[in-house]
Amino acid sequence: MQSHILLLTLFAFFVSLVFAVIAKDDWHEQLRFGSMMFGGFLLSAVVLGWLMYPFPL
Amino acid sequence: MPATTAAEETQTGWLVLLCLAAWAVPGAGHLWLGRRSKGLIFLIALPLMFAIGLALHGRLFPFDLSEWLVCLAAVADVGIGLPYFIAKALGYGSGDVRAVTYEYGNAFLIVAGLLNLLVVIDAYDVALGRK
Repeated sequence: MQSHILLLTLFAFFVSLVFAVIAKDDWHEQLRFGSMMFGGFLLSAVVLGWLMYPFPL
Repeated sequence: MPATTAAEETQTGWLVLLCLAAWAVPGAGHLWLGRRSKGLIFLIALPLMFAIGLALHGRLFPFDLSEWLVCLAAVADVGIGLPYFIAKALGYGSGDVRAVTYEYGNAFLIVAGLLNLLVVIDAYDVALGRK
């Protein structure tokens, strides 16, 4: 398991899951909050990845 | 007055015990307080995240006081509780810096520990009736 995007997705899933369960009590709110956070993680990773694209690291 | 003091001491002792249990076994605090679904999710998700970190060749950092970042990472690693000591006893967590997934493994291990500490604080809040 060496796929960068797969590991990133797995990490985002676990963090979003735990934060959603801590922050919200209602199941529907947990799902909504967790999904938003998960999507935010993935979107920000892709955006940051593209922003760093021009830099020759 | 003495009766109140004794009751407060009992309450404090119970809270300490609850926090210790919540730290040692992820989710145990919530299970103890009757929040079964939350407790079960923590009980499964956090040790699984920790195990994935070990499988990705992450390192369980030593308490090296000369390197304060390493020391902070060690504190975060211990945050997961019993799984940390079990992994150490079984010889896992030596880390392989040559592995492609080394940094990801570290991130999983450290964040699993920090999330468990957050779960302990949440259990404490629930016990005090704040949530």
